[in-house]
Amino acid sequence: MTQAPSDATTIRLEIARYRPEQDERPVLERYDVPYRHEWVVLDALNYLKDHIDGTLSYRWSCRMGICGSCGMMVNGVPKLTCSAFLRDYLPGPIRVEPMANFPVERDLVTVLDDFMEKFQAVKPWIIRDGEQPLEEGEYRQTPAQLADFKQFSMCINCMLCYAACPVYQHEDEFLGPAVLALAQRYNHDSRDQGKGERQELIWSDEGIWDCTFVGECSAVCPKHVDPAGAIQQAKVESTVGWYRSFLAPFGRG
Amino acid sequence: MRRSNEPLFWSLFSAGGVVTALLVPALILVTGFLVPAERVEFGRLEAILSHPVGRLALFGVASLTFIHAAHRLRHVLVDMGLRRFRGPIAVAAYLAAIGGAAWAATVAFA
Repeated sequence: MTQAPSDATTIRLEIARYRPEQDERPVLERYDVPYRHEWVVLDALNYLKDHIDGTLSYRWSCRMGICGSCGMMVNGVPKLTCSAFLRDYLPGPIRVEPMANFPVERDLVTVLDDFMEKFQAVKPWIIRDGEQPLEEGEYRQTPAQLADFKQFSMCINCMLCYAACPVYQHEDEFLGPAVLALAQRYNHDSRDQGKGERQELIWSDEGIWDCTFVGECSAVCPKHVDPAGAIQQAKVESTVGWYRSFLAPFGRG
Repeated sequence: MRRSNEPLFWSLFSAGGVVTALLVPALILVTGFLVPAERVEFGRLEAILSHPVGRLALFGVASLTFIHAAHRLRHVLVDMGLRRFRGPIAVAAYLAAIGGAAWAATVAFA
């Protein structure tokens, strides 16, 4: 923000193109687009699609870091392209590739099926044994109870953390950072009673225990959710549960 | 879904991390610098470490440090790409840690 406007007039983009009908593998193609001080990488991509090559495919929607659609690798780092300013990459070139660790469908578009499946597997909704009658009013929460999970509820499912995670890169089964943070978000909600239902999956080898606390997920998270912190928190809870199951095998886990 | 036994190893790893970070620098300072510089009398240190509680503490610090190192080495090697050997790596790392702990016991309780 404090940088003086640059006198650059164009900036070079190196875009990973993959057109399954003609490319055997993704290839980098170079495009020169106008440079503007206030433009983000997504603006440059939109210019490219509107004026240079209309066949470029990529996902985007809100342009303001809310929808989580426009995640890509910018110079090798997972970024929301709507929040990555061209001026931070001067003099260029800027390499834009699809999010790492996901299969590529076309150009900058990745296949999200694996994430969607894991997302549902942790039951990311409030589970209750039974609803309290309407006349008892709403479920009330103290500020402290809200603070316990609020940070983990800020996730926008942009999947940058999956693109950054070296464990997910190798372990297809690993539930991954965002999903585990989301599980923690519901487990720590005072209105939720579904911890037991989520536990088996979360506390398994494919859940939190594949994580080796590299921390890249939290480093790239545009919403400061801190998935690595969520997983560490869950590891402590899982460990307490593990020891308790030996000390009181017939008690509550 | 099989329940993970990782909590056992992870809790020992965590305990090892805490004692390594908190106590090992102090031990290095005392045994490596303060005793040779005669700021701490050797006889006093020996008396502390000869007491049964002192021996137990010494054994705890050494063995947990070995386990911490083994656990970290195991996961680093796997993360760096040796996934095909994850089983043998785990066995070798923890056996080395148990060996180190046994050695620490012979020193501490001699």
